[in-house]
Amino acid sequence: MTTAAPALAAPAAAHVYDFANSPCGALRTRVAAAEVMLRPSGGMWLEVSRTLVVADLHLEKGSAYAARGQMLPPYDTRETLDRLEAEVAALSPATVVLLGDTFHDRRSEDRLPGDDAERLRALATGLRLIWVIGNHDADGPQRLPGDAVDELELEGLIFRHEPQAGPQPGEVAGHLHPAAKVRASKGSVRRRCFVTDAERAILPAFGAYAGGLNVRDKAFAGLFARPPMAGALGRGRVHAVGWRSLGPD
Amino acid sequence: MADAAVPASDLLPPRFADWFAKRGWSPRAHQLGMIDRARAGRDALLIAPTGGGKTLAGFLPSLIEISERPPANAPTGLHTLYISPLKALAVDVERNLNAPILQMSLPVVAESRTGDTGISRRQRQRVKPPDILLTTPEQLALLCAWEGARAYFESLRCVVLDEIHTLHSSKRGDLLALDLARLQQLAPNMRRVGLSATVDDPEVIKRWMAGPAGPESIDLVRGPGGAEPVVDVLLSEGRVPWAGHTAQHAMAEVYEVIKKSRTALVFVNTRFQAEFAFQELWRLNEDSLPIALHHGSLAAEQRRRVEAAMARGELRAVVCTSTLDLGIDWGDVDLVIQLASPKGASRMVQRIGRANHRLDEPSQAIFVPANRFEMLECQAAREAIAEHKLDGDPPRIGALDVLAQHVMGCACSEPFDMVELYDEVTSAGPYRGLSWEDFEQVVDFVSTGGYALKTYDRFRRIVRGPDGKWRVRNLETAQRHRLNVGAIVSPAVLSVRIAARGGRGGRKIGEVEEGMLEMLEPGETFVFAGQVWELAGVTNLDVLVRPANDKDPKMPSWGGSKFALSTYLAQRVRQLMYDQDHWQVLPTDVREWLEAQRDRSVIPAEEEMLLETFPRGKRHFMVCYPFDGRLAHTTLAMLLTRRLERAGVGPLGFVCNDYALAVWALKPMDELDFDELFAQDMLGDDLEDWLNESFMMKRSFKGCAIIAGLIERRFPGAEQKTGRQITFSTDLIYDVLRRHQPDHLLLRCAREDAATGLIDVARLGGLLARIRGKIRHAALDHLSPFSVPILLEIGKERSPGHAGEMILAEAEEDLIAEALS
Repeated sequence: MTTAAPALAAPAAAHVYDFANSPCGALRTRVAAAEVMLRPSGGMWLEVSRTLVVADLHLEKGSAYAARGQMLPPYDTRETLDRLEAEVAALSPATVVLLGDTFHDRRSEDRLPGDDAERLRALATGLRLIWVIGNHDADGPQRLPGDAVDELELEGLIFRHEPQAGPQPGEVAGHLHPAAKVRASKGSVRRRCFVTDAERAILPAFGAYAGGLNVRDKAFAGLFARPPMAGALGRGRVHAVGWRSLGPD
Repeated sequence: MADAAVPASDLLPPRFADWFAKRGWSPRAHQLGMIDRARAGRDALLIAPTGGGKTLAGFLPSLIEISERPPANAPTGLHTLYISPLKALAVDVERNLNAPILQMSLPVVAESRTGDTGISRRQRQRVKPPDILLTTPEQLALLCAWEGARAYFESLRCVVLDEIHTLHSSKRGDLLALDLARLQQLAPNMRRVGLSATVDDPEVIKRWMAGPAGPESIDLVRGPGGAEPVVDVLLSEGRVPWAGHTAQHAMAEVYEVIKKSRTALVFVNTRFQAEFAFQELWRLNEDSLPIALHHGSLAAEQRRRVEAAMARGELRAVVCTSTLDLGIDWGDVDLVIQLASPKGASRMVQRIGRANHRLDEPSQAIFVPANRFEMLECQAAREAIAEHKLDGDPPRIGALDVLAQHVMGCACSEPFDMVELYDEVTSAGPYRGLSWEDFEQVVDFVSTGGYALKTYDRFRRIVRGPDGKWRVRNLETAQRHRLNVGAIVSPAVLSVRIAARGGRGGRKIGEVEEGMLEMLEPGETFVFAGQVWELAGVTNLDVLVRPANDKDPKMPSWGGSKFALSTYLAQRVRQLMYDQDHWQVLPTDVREWLEAQRDRSVIPAEEEMLLETFPRGKRHFMVCYPFDGRLAHTTLAMLLTRRLERAGVGPLGFVCNDYALAVWALKPMDELDFDELFAQDMLGDDLEDWLNESFMMKRSFKGCAIIAGLIERRFPGAEQKTGRQITFSTDLIYDVLRRHQPDHLLLRCAREDAATGLIDVARLGGLLARIRGKIRHAALDHLSPFSVPILLEIGKERSPGHAGEMILAEAEEDLIAEALS
């Protein structure tokens, strides 16, 4: 791991983030005292406890729209589970944390096609599945395996769905669906992203139909002690992007 | 034909005859003809010049019929429906129509209904319809989707389609044709009447507007026609340029011709050419002739001013693009000048028709070729017009996303039987060839989204009742459909802006068509408005660019014409080129150019495509001459470059114009198997790969998804997130759908839209089929006379400034010397 200059907290000076690219495409960095890997899939990997964290799957978002008469393709759950299974196969985690809004609404579990429910059950065998409760899925799973919790502490980090206001050292959350508009000499692209100030981190949405909210939006204001860094999801790689390279939509 | 078959006195009731007489007018033959066709119960298509009483001719039969109706106790209901492509035109016609109604004290109520009409008037119109309702295609679609449409339209006797040539060939036209079929179902006695000012190919319009009885049920009524047009080609002996689109060499001659005519229309093909010609003419305008400019980028107000001045006969010339089309009184035009190539014989006949105002004299037209290939093209077009050979556009096939919207609208109006609706739909011109399978697929899409994964059966938007009929699930679903009716999609033209801080668009430097953009990736460079730019990105409708110093831009220029040479005209150009006896009609310098090509390279036979390879500088060139238009050539070049990449010759760039395309590479290409390289299978996987990745497909998909009702533009209570709306990303849906159901109806629609509108795959397919086994390869030591024009487009200065012209002139001399050495 190549290490940049240590983070001496001199508030006026720009913070130098401690990060490195890993051969698997992930971005290795620190959140509070923990070392984490930000994966190109949008998941966070904690090597010490072999934990995979994914946020905002919004399963059955397509059918939620269909129930209201807008027939979005019903393949979003399938697509999202494809991605999750690929991560589990690649990492063999001991624990998978679903960081809230795993279902798009309270009736999603009822609409979940049988074979997709089966895939979720199969996924949960041989590992610990934890459902952190979100605002869209406040009831937690009814028939699917796993433990529902409001918050979870692990490796000195606290995992909850919705980021709490003000500085929250050690917090890892989802909910906001961060997206980065990255400007570079070749133009600009908009991608889902992690966003972290090395004290706390917010994960991108993992679900196939989950849209993104620009990290420059005021919903992110006040969450970070210093201009945060974005980990923008590229093809097979997470790109560390400084605050100054991030534009509004 | 009907003209004056019956004397006017029998056709015109006294009240109408008196009205004409009081104004010192006598009814025109085509006006009587329309009454006569109505009496015979026939459909009619009227082609008559604007200002020739065309609108009145369309309404006279209805006015007579309504005023002859015996007094009834019950309300009589809607008699005539008038459809205009523009809201403003509907309102205008309402005013013009009410004048004779008032003057004759006719018992006729005529009212317009557009998106701008107030709620109370619209509600009243639904309860108590006027005799004549003037509206737009979108409002008609809405009316057809109401419950009670059947009762509302049951009394309808006539539908009048104004400016029909602008309505028919688009998705909007598809929707209108479907609504006509619906109306015919509701009102079997309804007659169809089309009005058009332009002399386009009437058969195409007849096919589109015809009902169940087919085009034969429509009688053509012509307004006063003119004598045969007189068409000349400006030869500019000794000065025809090798390349370019501006016709600068001929401006002084053009100015002299304008001076001698009363009023001239100067047609050009692009806005750039319009601006350039306008400036050049004013530079020469020593007599301060009133010469005006009219094109689509000008503010609407400015255009209206020009049109008004034109109508008052105050102008001597107007430089214009095809935007000068709609509802305009042409004043006293006696000459049409076509600057640069006309691209098609039909199109040209249409433009010449503008000078047809004085009926007894022949219309005059002059073609001004801008370069040597265009000289060939103009000669071919002149001969085609003289022989009355038109291009014969293929009929449009109705889009399935539009059909989906219509099917939903039908269900919102009343329950439908699938077989009956199929019969109805296939009576509409654009859908005559619709297969039952496709129709079933559309109905399934409307109902459940049409997915292979059948999980939405319980959410059906339309459901099949025990009577076997399909009806809308509930009132709310119907209401939401009605909020989203219409088939006008976003423009295909993007603004080019200099990228400003924060990824936003700064100053606008111009506009490009979407298709051109498809050939570039961010970071690549191109020439636009006389400068080299780097593509920074695309946001919504803006192309963001920044200045670049690249001396070797990937795409040397965007420009020339967006219209491809018609297939027919291209064939005539190839004939003319091959037939050496025919070269006599050409000016000396063009003839010498052809002779030089014959001596130094090859003049291909009529059915052959010439392909030349030669080294130049440190590069190797391949130039071929299919004559199939810039769009098809650019698509071909994209696909060829992919193949050449695989063949390991290291392609570096390409350039296309309407006649030819050139690719340059690191390694020689003489030894390639050209039949293999140009094999038709490139339209399979290569095209598919390229297309699927392109943002153009995503944009097409979005348009189709909106029209088909998958995505709702207007929806009460859109999704909110932390106080801020997240726009629903159709791109995400596109990606997921492409992976899980690549044959889905909407992906098919998107592919068809992209293939027809933006990259001209049909034309390219024809090209590849035509040249199979007929590629004539000439391996040369250096460039050929034919290749000079296309090579001049590389790094070409497109600014109208004189510095640019000088650079161009210098480059041209060098190249010509080399070609002839």
